[in-house]
Amino acid sequence: MSELGGAAASRGPVVLSARGLTRVHTGGPVPVTALGGVDLDLRLGELVAVMGPSGSGKSTLLHLLGGLDAPTSGSVMLAGDDLAAMDRAGRARVRRRRVGYVFQDLNLMPLLTALENVALPLELDGVPPKTARREAVEALAQLDVANLASRFPGQLSGGQQQRVAIARSLVGPRRVVLADEPTGALDSVMGEEVMRVLRGRVDAGAAAVVVTHDARLAAWADRTIFLVDGTVVDEAIAMGPGALLAEGGGRPW
Amino acid sequence: MSVRHALLALLGTAPVGAFALRQEFERRTGRTWPLNMGQVSTTLDRLERDGLVAEVPSDGDVPHYALTDGGRAELESWWAAPVERGVPARDELAMKLALAVTLPGVEVQAIVRAQRTETMRWLQALTRLRGEPQADDVAWQLLLDHYVFAAESEMRWLDHVQARLTRAGAAHPADAAASTLASERERVVARGDR
Ligand SMILES: Nc1ncnc2c1ncn2[C@@H]1O[C@H](COP(=O)(O)OP(=O)(O)OP(=O)(O)O)[C@@H](O)[C@H]1O
Ligand SMILES: [Mg+2]
Repeated sequence: MSELGGAAASRGPVVLSARGLTRVHTGGPVPVTALGGVDLDLRLGELVAVMGPSGSGKSTLLHLLGGLDAPTSGSVMLAGDDLAAMDRAGRARVRRRRVGYVFQDLNLMPLLTALENVALPLELDGVPPKTARREAVEALAQLDVANLASRFPGQLSGGQQQRVAIARSLVGPRRVVLADEPTGALDSVMGEEVMRVLRGRVDAGAAAVVVTHDARLAAWADRTIFLVDGTVVDEAIAMGPGALLAEGGGRPW
Repeated sequence: MSVRHALLALLGTAPVGAFALRQEFERRTGRTWPLNMGQVSTTLDRLERDGLVAEVPSDGDVPHYALTDGGRAELESWWAAPVERGVPARDELAMKLALAVTLPGVEVQAIVRAQRTETMRWLQALTRLRGEPQADDVAWQLLLDHYVFAAESEMRWLDHVQARLTRAGAAHPADAAASTLASERERVVARGDR
Protein backbone atom coordinates (compact mmCIF):
# COMPACT_ATOMS: atom_id res chain seq x y z
CA MET A 1 0.00 0.00 0.00
CA SER A 2 1.22 3.44 -0.86
CA GLU A 3 2.49 5.71 1.88
CA LEU A 4 0.34 8.78 2.11
CA GLY A 5 2.31 11.78 3.24
CA GLY A 6 0.77 14.16 5.72
CA ALA A 7 1.43 17.87 5.93
CA ALA A 8 4.86 17.03 7.29
CA ALA A 9 5.91 14.94 4.30
CA SER A 10 8.96 16.36 2.62
CA ARG A 11 8.28 18.34 -0.54
CA GLY A 12 10.43 19.43 -3.41
CA PRO A 13 10.64 22.79 -5.11
CA VAL A 14 7.66 24.54 -6.70
CA VAL A 15 7.24 23.16 -10.22
CA LEU A 16 4.02 24.89 -11.20
CA SER A 17 2.96 28.29 -9.99
CA ALA A 18 -0.10 30.36 -10.90
CA ARG A 19 -0.78 33.96 -9.87
CA GLY A 20 -4.00 35.87 -10.31
CA LEU A 21 -5.16 33.42 -12.91
CA THR A 22 -8.23 34.80 -14.68
CA ARG A 23 -10.09 33.66 -17.76
CA VAL A 24 -12.96 35.62 -19.24
CA HIS A 25 -14.75 34.26 -22.31
CA THR A 26 -15.83 37.11 -24.54
CA GLY A 27 -17.17 35.13 -27.49
CA GLY A 28 -20.82 35.20 -26.47
CA PRO A 29 -23.33 38.02 -25.95
CA VAL A 30 -22.11 38.60 -22.39
CA PRO A 31 -18.59 37.99 -21.07
CA VAL A 32 -18.32 34.87 -18.91
CA THR A 33 -15.75 34.83 -16.10
CA ALA A 34 -14.78 31.18 -15.97
CA LEU A 35 -11.94 31.79 -13.53
CA GLY A 36 -11.69 34.85 -11.34
CA GLY A 37 -8.19 35.14 -9.95
CA VAL A 38 -6.65 31.91 -8.68
CA ASP A 39 -3.25 31.49 -7.02
CA LEU A 40 -1.71 28.05 -6.78
CA ASP A 41 1.71 26.62 -6.01
CA LEU A 42 2.39 23.00 -6.76
CA ARG A 43 5.54 21.37 -5.43
CA LEU A 44 7.22 18.20 -6.58
CA GLY A 45 5.98 15.43 -4.31
CA GLU A 46 2.63 17.09 -3.96
CA LEU A 47 -0.81 15.90 -5.04
CA VAL A 48 -3.57 18.51 -5.10
CA ALA A 49 -7.25 17.77 -5.63
CA VAL A 50 -9.71 20.28 -7.07
CA MET A 51 -13.39 19.98 -6.24
CA GLY A 52 -16.34 22.19 -7.02
CA PRO A 53 -19.74 22.21 -8.66
CA SER A 54 -20.20 21.86 -12.40
CA GLY A 55 -19.24 25.08 -14.13
CA SER A 56 -17.11 26.33 -11.23
CA GLY A 57 -13.99 26.56 -13.42
CA LYS A 58 -12.13 23.34 -12.67
CA SER A 59 -11.39 22.43 -16.28
CA THR A 60 -10.59 26.05 -17.06
CA LEU A 61 -8.02 26.08 -14.26
CA LEU A 62 -6.44 22.88 -15.49
CA HIS A 63 -6.36 24.10 -19.11
CA LEU A 64 -4.55 27.25 -18.04
CA LEU A 65 -2.11 25.36 -15.80
CA GLY A 66 -1.27 23.05 -18.67
CA GLY A 67 -0.94 25.80 -21.27
CA LEU A 68 -3.88 24.50 -23.30
CA ASP A 69 -5.46 27.91 -23.02
CA ALA A 70 -4.09 31.38 -22.29
CA PRO A 71 -5.31 33.41 -19.30
CA THR A 72 -7.06 36.75 -19.72
CA SER A 73 -4.76 37.96 -16.96
CA GLY A 74 -2.36 36.40 -14.49
CA SER A 75 0.62 34.15 -14.98
CA VAL A 76 1.60 30.49 -15.02
CA MET A 77 5.19 29.41 -14.41
CA LEU A 78 5.78 25.81 -15.42
CA ALA A 79 9.20 24.40 -14.51
CA GLY A 80 10.74 27.83 -14.99
CA ASP A 81 8.90 28.75 -18.19
CA ASP A 82 6.42 31.61 -18.23
CA LEU A 83 3.52 30.18 -20.23
CA ALA A 84 1.74 33.52 -20.58
CA ALA A 85 4.74 34.91 -22.44
CA MET A 86 4.63 32.16 -25.06
CA ASP A 87 2.68 31.68 -28.22
CA ARG A 88 0.47 28.68 -28.83
CA ALA A 89 3.22 26.58 -30.37
CA GLY A 90 5.62 27.39 -27.55
CA ARG A 91 3.07 26.38 -24.93
CA ALA A 92 2.38 23.16 -26.82
CA ARG A 93 6.08 22.31 -26.83
CA VAL A 94 6.50 22.94 -23.11
CA ARG A 95 3.34 20.99 -22.35
CA ARG A 96 4.47 17.97 -24.33
CA ARG A 97 7.79 17.83 -22.52
CA ARG A 98 6.62 18.62 -19.01
CA VAL A 99 2.96 17.76 -18.60
CA GLY A 100 0.95 14.57 -18.70
CA TYR A 101 -2.62 15.64 -19.29
CA VAL A 102 -5.77 13.60 -18.83
CA PHE A 103 -8.60 15.37 -20.63
CA GLN A 104 -12.12 15.34 -19.28
CA ASP A 105 -13.23 13.95 -22.64
CA LEU A 106 -10.11 11.74 -22.87
CA ASN A 107 -9.00 12.85 -26.38
CA LEU A 108 -7.65 9.49 -27.50
CA MET A 109 -6.73 9.29 -31.17
CA PRO A 110 -9.39 7.03 -32.71
CA LEU A 111 -7.14 5.71 -35.48
CA LEU A 112 -4.32 4.69 -33.14
CA THR A 113 -4.35 1.61 -30.92
CA ALA A 114 -4.24 1.97 -27.14
CA LEU A 115 -0.51 1.24 -27.25
CA GLU A 116 0.14 3.78 -30.01
CA ASN A 117 -1.88 6.40 -28.16
CA VAL A 118 0.23 5.95 -25.05
CA ALA A 119 3.51 5.84 -26.95
CA LEU A 120 2.69 8.91 -29.04
CA PRO A 121 3.85 11.67 -26.66
CA LEU A 122 7.19 9.88 -26.26
CA GLU A 123 7.67 9.41 -29.99
CA LEU A 124 6.84 13.07 -30.59
CA ASP A 125 9.65 13.87 -28.18
CA GLY A 126 12.09 11.79 -30.23
CA VAL A 127 12.18 8.67 -28.08
CA PRO A 128 13.03 5.68 -30.32
CA PRO A 129 9.83 3.75 -31.19
CA LYS A 130 10.99 0.55 -29.52
CA THR A 131 11.71 2.29 -26.23
CA ALA A 132 8.51 4.29 -26.47
CA ARG A 133 6.48 1.14 -26.95
CA ARG A 134 8.15 -0.63 -24.07
CA GLU A 135 7.39 2.27 -21.75
CA ALA A 136 3.86 2.43 -23.09
CA VAL A 137 3.28 -1.23 -22.26
CA GLU A 138 4.57 -0.63 -18.75
CA ALA A 139 2.22 2.29 -18.27
CA LEU A 140 -0.72 0.27 -19.58
CA ALA A 141 0.20 -2.58 -17.26
CA GLN A 142 0.19 -0.24 -14.27
CA LEU A 143 -3.43 0.49 -15.03
CA ASP A 144 -4.20 -3.13 -15.71
CA VAL A 145 -5.01 -2.68 -19.41
CA ALA A 146 -1.85 -4.07 -21.04
CA ASN A 147 -3.97 -6.86 -22.49
CA LEU A 148 -5.92 -4.26 -24.46
CA ALA A 149 -2.83 -2.67 -26.04
CA SER A 150 -3.72 -3.51 -29.62
CA ARG A 151 -7.36 -2.37 -29.47
CA PHE A 152 -8.58 0.89 -30.94
CA PRO A 153 -10.39 3.34 -28.62
CA GLY A 154 -13.70 2.51 -30.29
CA GLN A 155 -13.25 -1.09 -29.15
CA LEU A 156 -12.80 -0.17 -25.50
CA SER A 157 -15.34 0.53 -22.75
CA GLY A 158 -15.48 4.01 -21.24
CA GLY A 159 -13.55 2.97 -18.16
CA GLN A 160 -10.93 1.16 -20.26
CA GLN A 161 -10.47 4.25 -22.44
CA GLN A 162 -10.08 6.29 -19.29
CA ARG A 163 -7.31 4.03 -18.06
CA VAL A 164 -5.53 4.26 -21.41
CA ALA A 165 -5.75 8.06 -21.21
CA ILE A 166 -4.27 7.96 -17.71
CA ALA A 167 -1.48 5.67 -18.90
CA ARG A 168 -0.71 8.19 -21.64
CA SER A 169 -0.34 10.95 -19.05
CA LEU A 170 2.10 8.89 -17.02
CA VAL A 171 4.61 7.66 -19.63
CA GLY A 172 8.05 9.09 -19.89
CA PRO A 173 9.88 11.56 -17.71
CA ARG A 174 7.14 14.19 -17.44
CA ARG A 175 6.83 15.23 -13.86
CA VAL A 176 3.62 17.22 -13.83
CA VAL A 177 0.36 15.37 -14.23
CA LEU A 178 -2.88 17.31 -14.72
CA ALA A 179 -5.92 15.06 -14.66
CA ASP A 180 -9.47 16.24 -15.28
CA GLU A 181 -11.96 13.78 -13.77
CA PRO A 182 -9.71 10.79 -14.48
CA THR A 183 -11.96 8.40 -12.59
CA GLY A 184 -15.41 9.47 -13.75
CA ALA A 185 -16.09 6.28 -15.69
CA LEU A 186 -14.45 3.89 -13.23
CA ASP A 187 -16.00 1.80 -10.48
CA SER A 188 -15.02 2.63 -6.93
CA VAL A 189 -12.28 0.02 -6.61
CA MET A 190 -10.67 0.98 -9.92
CA GLY A 191 -11.00 4.66 -9.05
CA GLU A 192 -9.03 4.03 -5.92
CA GLU A 193 -6.46 2.04 -7.88
CA VAL A 194 -5.94 5.03 -10.17
CA MET A 195 -5.39 7.28 -7.15
CA ARG A 196 -2.88 4.76 -5.81
CA VAL A 197 -0.96 4.86 -9.09
CA LEU A 198 -1.03 8.67 -9.17
CA ARG A 199 -0.02 8.86 -5.52
CA GLY A 200 2.86 6.48 -6.24
CA ARG A 201 4.03 8.61 -9.14
CA VAL A 202 3.87 11.77 -7.05
CA ASP A 203 5.68 10.18 -4.13
CA ALA A 204 8.41 9.15 -6.57
CA GLY A 205 9.06 12.83 -7.31
CA ALA A 206 6.32 14.05 -9.64
CA ALA A 207 3.48 16.48 -8.91
CA ALA A 208 -0.17 16.31 -9.84
CA VAL A 209 -3.42 18.23 -9.85
CA VAL A 210 -6.54 16.09 -10.04
CA VAL A 211 -10.06 17.34 -10.60
CA THR A 212 -12.63 15.04 -9.06
CA HIS A 213 -16.20 15.01 -7.79
CA ASP A 214 -15.38 12.10 -5.53
CA ALA A 215 -14.35 13.16 -2.04
CA ARG A 216 -13.11 9.68 -1.23
CA LEU A 217 -10.58 9.95 -4.07
CA ALA A 218 -9.73 13.57 -3.31
CA ALA A 219 -8.75 12.39 0.15
CA TRP A 220 -5.65 10.78 -1.36
CA ALA A 221 -4.31 14.24 -2.13
CA ASP A 222 -2.20 16.36 0.19
CA ARG A 223 -4.77 19.09 -0.03
CA THR A 224 -8.09 19.73 -1.65
CA ILE A 225 -9.10 23.12 -2.97
CA PHE A 226 -12.76 23.97 -3.45
CA LEU A 227 -13.76 26.17 -6.38
CA VAL A 228 -17.04 28.06 -6.57
CA ASP A 229 -17.82 30.45 -9.43
CA GLY A 230 -14.20 30.60 -10.53
CA THR A 231 -12.59 31.34 -7.19
CA VAL A 232 -11.02 29.20 -4.48
CA VAL A 233 -13.36 29.36 -1.50
CA ASP A 234 -11.79 26.78 0.81
CA GLU A 235 -8.85 24.49 1.19
CA ALA A 236 -8.51 21.31 3.25
CA ILE A 237 -4.93 20.36 4.04
CA ALA A 238 -4.30 16.77 5.04
CA MET A 239 -2.66 16.02 8.32
CA GLY A 240 -0.97 12.71 8.99
CA PRO A 241 -2.92 9.83 10.50
CA GLY A 242 -1.29 10.85 13.77
CA ALA A 243 -3.98 13.51 13.93
CA LEU A 244 -6.43 10.69 14.63
CA LEU A 245 -4.34 8.57 16.93
CA ALA A 246 -4.78 9.29 20.59
CA GLU A 247 -1.91 8.72 23.01
CA GLY A 248 -1.18 5.04 23.36
CA GLY A 249 -1.84 4.31 19.69
CA GLY A 250 -4.79 1.98 19.23
CA ARG A 251 -7.91 4.02 19.53
CA PRO A 252 -8.17 6.75 16.91
CA TRP A 253 -11.10 8.71 18.33
CA MET B 1 -24.72 -0.52 19.60
CA SER B 2 -26.13 -3.68 21.09
CA VAL B 3 -23.50 -4.64 23.66
CA ARG B 4 -25.85 -7.38 24.74
CA HIS B 5 -25.74 -9.14 21.39
CA ALA B 6 -22.06 -8.52 20.91
CA LEU B 7 -21.36 -10.33 24.18
CA LEU B 8 -23.66 -13.19 23.21
CA ALA B 9 -21.75 -13.48 19.92
CA LEU B 10 -18.40 -13.60 21.71
CA LEU B 11 -19.68 -16.23 24.16
CA GLY B 12 -20.87 -18.31 21.22
CA THR B 13 -17.53 -20.04 20.75
CA ALA B 14 -16.27 -20.78 24.26
CA PRO B 15 -16.99 -19.83 27.87
CA VAL B 16 -15.00 -16.79 29.01
CA GLY B 17 -14.74 -14.42 31.93
CA ALA B 18 -15.83 -10.79 31.98
CA PHE B 19 -12.37 -9.30 31.57
CA ALA B 20 -11.50 -11.49 28.57
CA LEU B 21 -14.88 -10.63 27.04
CA ARG B 22 -14.11 -6.94 27.18
CA GLN B 23 -10.68 -7.48 25.63
CA GLU B 24 -12.09 -9.61 22.82
CA PHE B 25 -14.79 -7.06 22.09
CA GLU B 26 -12.33 -4.20 21.82
CA ARG B 27 -9.87 -6.21 19.77
CA ARG B 28 -12.47 -7.27 17.22
CA THR B 29 -13.97 -3.83 16.80
CA GLY B 30 -10.65 -2.05 16.43
CA ARG B 31 -11.24 -0.40 19.79
CA THR B 32 -13.74 1.87 18.13
CA TRP B 33 -16.34 1.59 20.88
CA PRO B 34 -14.54 1.39 24.21
CA LEU B 35 -16.38 -0.67 26.81
CA ASN B 36 -15.81 -0.29 30.52
CA MET B 37 -15.84 -3.23 32.91
CA GLY B 38 -18.99 -1.91 34.57
CA GLN B 39 -20.91 -2.14 31.30
CA VAL B 40 -19.67 -5.67 30.76
CA SER B 41 -20.67 -6.83 34.26
CA THR B 42 -24.08 -5.17 34.14
CA THR B 43 -24.79 -6.67 30.75
CA LEU B 44 -23.68 -10.12 31.89
CA ASP B 45 -25.92 -9.85 34.97
CA ARG B 46 -28.91 -9.01 32.80
CA LEU B 47 -28.14 -11.78 30.33
CA GLU B 48 -27.95 -14.23 33.25
CA ARG B 49 -31.21 -12.88 34.71
CA ASP B 50 -32.90 -13.38 31.33
CA GLY B 51 -31.63 -16.95 31.14
CA LEU B 52 -29.45 -16.34 28.08
CA VAL B 53 -26.11 -17.06 29.73
CA ALA B 54 -25.13 -19.14 32.74
CA GLU B 55 -22.07 -19.29 34.93
CA VAL B 56 -20.02 -22.42 34.31
CA PRO B 57 -17.21 -24.04 36.31
CA SER B 58 -13.72 -22.77 35.46
CA ASP B 59 -10.12 -23.46 36.54
CA GLY B 60 -9.31 -20.00 37.83
CA ASP B 61 -11.11 -17.88 40.38
CA VAL B 62 -12.91 -15.59 37.92
CA PRO B 63 -16.40 -16.72 36.91
CA HIS B 64 -16.80 -17.90 33.33
CA TYR B 65 -20.00 -17.63 31.36
CA ALA B 66 -21.49 -19.73 28.57
CA LEU B 67 -24.56 -19.47 26.37
CA THR B 68 -27.71 -21.34 27.40
CA ASP B 69 -29.96 -22.86 24.72
CA GLY B 70 -32.08 -19.72 24.97
CA GLY B 71 -28.98 -17.60 24.51
CA ARG B 72 -27.97 -19.56 21.45
CA ALA B 73 -31.44 -19.05 19.92
CA GLU B 74 -31.30 -15.33 20.67
CA LEU B 75 -27.88 -15.10 19.01
CA GLU B 76 -29.09 -16.98 15.93
CA SER B 77 -32.00 -14.61 15.47
CA TRP B 78 -29.66 -11.62 15.89
CA TRP B 79 -27.42 -12.83 13.06
CA ALA B 80 -30.45 -13.60 10.93
CA ALA B 81 -32.27 -10.29 11.32
CA PRO B 82 -31.05 -7.18 9.46
CA VAL B 83 -30.14 -4.22 11.62
CA GLU B 84 -33.26 -2.08 11.75
CA ARG B 85 -33.24 1.18 9.87
CA GLY B 86 -36.04 3.68 9.64
CA VAL B 87 -35.57 5.32 13.00
CA PRO B 88 -32.66 7.61 12.12
CA ALA B 89 -30.28 8.44 14.89
CA ARG B 90 -30.25 12.13 15.72
CA ASP B 91 -27.57 13.68 13.58
CA GLU B 92 -26.12 16.93 14.89
CA LEU B 93 -25.16 18.22 11.45
CA ALA B 94 -28.55 17.56 9.86
CA MET B 95 -30.20 19.21 12.85
CA LYS B 96 -27.85 22.19 12.72
CA LEU B 97 -28.50 22.82 9.04
CA ALA B 98 -32.25 22.32 9.35
CA LEU B 99 -32.24 24.99 12.04
CA ALA B 100 -29.86 27.22 10.10
CA VAL B 101 -32.05 27.40 7.00
CA THR B 102 -35.12 28.36 9.00
CA LEU B 103 -33.69 30.89 11.45
CA PRO B 104 -32.91 34.46 10.44
CA GLY B 105 -29.37 35.79 10.51
CA VAL B 106 -27.59 32.45 10.10
CA GLU B 107 -25.04 32.16 7.28
CA VAL B 108 -26.01 28.73 5.97
CA GLN B 109 -23.50 28.67 3.12
CA ALA B 110 -20.69 29.45 5.54
CA ILE B 111 -21.77 26.58 7.78
CA VAL B 112 -21.84 24.20 4.81
CA ARG B 113 -18.39 25.29 3.68
CA ALA B 114 -16.82 25.04 7.11
CA GLN B 115 -18.32 21.60 7.55
CA ARG B 116 -17.10 20.45 4.16
CA THR B 117 -13.55 21.44 5.00
CA GLU B 118 -13.79 19.64 8.33
CA THR B 119 -15.31 16.49 6.82
CA MET B 120 -12.68 16.52 4.07
CA ARG B 121 -9.92 16.62 6.70
CA TRP B 122 -11.50 13.71 8.51
CA LEU B 123 -11.68 11.80 5.23
CA GLN B 124 -8.04 12.62 4.49
CA ALA B 125 -6.97 11.35 7.89
CA LEU B 126 -9.03 8.17 7.52
CA THR B 127 -7.51 7.55 4.09
CA ARG B 128 -4.04 7.81 5.57
CA LEU B 129 -4.99 5.57 8.45
CA ARG B 130 -6.08 2.91 5.95
CA GLY B 131 -2.51 2.81 4.66
CA GLU B 132 -1.00 2.18 8.11
CA PRO B 133 0.43 -1.28 8.84
CA GLN B 134 -2.05 -1.89 11.67
CA ALA B 135 -4.79 -1.63 9.06
CA ASP B 136 -4.03 -5.20 7.93
CA ASP B 137 -6.56 -6.46 10.42
CA VAL B 138 -9.69 -7.28 8.39
CA ALA B 139 -12.19 -6.11 11.00
CA TRP B 140 -10.33 -2.85 11.46
CA GLN B 141 -10.12 -2.30 7.71
CA LEU B 142 -13.83 -2.88 7.41
CA LEU B 143 -14.57 -0.34 10.11
CA LEU B 144 -12.30 2.23 8.50
CA ASP B 145 -14.05 1.68 5.18
CA HIS B 146 -17.33 2.23 6.96
CA TYR B 147 -16.20 5.63 8.20
CA VAL B 148 -14.66 6.50 4.83
CA PHE B 149 -17.94 5.83 3.02
CA ALA B 150 -19.93 7.66 5.66
CA ALA B 151 -17.67 10.71 5.32
CA GLU B 152 -17.91 10.57 1.54
CA SER B 153 -21.66 10.41 1.77
CA GLU B 154 -21.67 13.43 4.07
CA MET B 155 -19.55 15.33 1.53
CA ARG B 156 -22.00 14.50 -1.21
CA TRP B 157 -24.87 15.60 0.95
CA LEU B 158 -23.12 18.89 1.71
CA ASP B 159 -22.51 19.46 -2.03
CA HIS B 160 -26.15 18.76 -2.60
CA VAL B 161 -27.22 21.19 0.13
CA GLN B 162 -24.96 23.86 -1.28
CA ALA B 163 -26.30 23.39 -4.81
CA ARG B 164 -29.85 23.49 -3.50
CA LEU B 165 -29.28 26.67 -1.55
CA THR B 166 -27.53 28.28 -4.50
CA ARG B 167 -30.41 27.37 -6.77
CA ALA B 168 -32.92 28.67 -4.27
CA GLY B 169 -30.90 31.86 -4.67
CA ALA B 170 -31.24 33.09 -1.13
CA ALA B 171 -29.52 32.71 2.20
CA HIS B 172 -32.89 31.75 3.65
CA PRO B 173 -35.01 29.71 1.29
CA ALA B 174 -38.56 28.72 2.03
CA ASP B 175 -39.29 26.59 5.05
CA ALA B 176 -39.95 23.77 2.64
CA ALA B 177 -36.23 23.44 2.09
CA ALA B 178 -35.67 22.80 5.77
CA SER B 179 -38.27 20.11 6.10
CA THR B 180 -36.92 18.17 3.13
CA LEU B 181 -33.32 18.53 4.27
CA ALA B 182 -33.35 15.63 6.67
CA SER B 183 -35.11 13.30 4.27
CA GLU B 184 -32.76 14.34 1.46
CA ARG B 185 -29.93 13.20 3.61
CA GLU B 186 -31.52 9.85 4.24
CA ARG B 187 -31.83 9.39 0.51
CA VAL B 188 -28.24 10.32 -0.26
CA VAL B 189 -27.00 8.00 2.47
CA ALA B 190 -29.26 5.18 1.33
CA ARG B 191 -28.02 5.42 -2.23
CA GLY B 192 -24.63 4.30 -1.00
CA ASP B 193 -21.65 3.71 -3.24
CA ARG B 194 -22.02 3.87 -6.98
N1 LIG C 1 -15.59 28.75 -24.61
C1 LIG C 1 -16.39 29.21 -23.66
N2 LIG C 1 -17.20 30.24 -23.86
C2 LIG C 1 -18.00 30.70 -22.89
N3 LIG C 1 -18.04 30.19 -21.66
C3 LIG C 1 -17.27 29.14 -21.39
C4 LIG C 1 -16.39 28.57 -22.36
N4 LIG C 1 -15.73 27.54 -21.79
C5 LIG C 1 -16.19 27.46 -20.52
N5 LIG C 1 -17.09 28.41 -20.28
C6 LIG C 1 -17.80 28.64 -19.00
O1 LIG C 1 -16.84 28.76 -17.98
C7 LIG C 1 -17.34 28.21 -16.77
C8 LIG C 1 -16.33 27.20 -16.22
O2 LIG C 1 -16.29 26.08 -17.07
P1 LIG C 1 -15.41 24.80 -16.73
O3 LIG C 1 -15.44 23.92 -17.93
O4 LIG C 1 -14.08 25.25 -16.26
O5 LIG C 1 -16.25 24.18 -15.53
P2 LIG C 1 -15.94 22.84 -14.70
O6 LIG C 1 -15.78 23.23 -13.28
O7 LIG C 1 -14.85 22.06 -15.33
O8 LIG C 1 -17.34 22.08 -14.84
P3 LIG C 1 -17.63 20.47 -15.00
O9 LIG C 1 -17.61 19.90 -13.61
O10 LIG C 1 -19.03 20.46 -15.54
O11 LIG C 1 -16.63 19.88 -15.92
C9 LIG C 1 -18.69 27.62 -17.10
O12 LIG C 1 -19.68 28.52 -16.68
C10 LIG C 1 -18.68 27.49 -18.62
O13 LIG C 1 -19.96 27.62 -19.14
MG1 LIG D 1 -14.76 20.23 -16.28
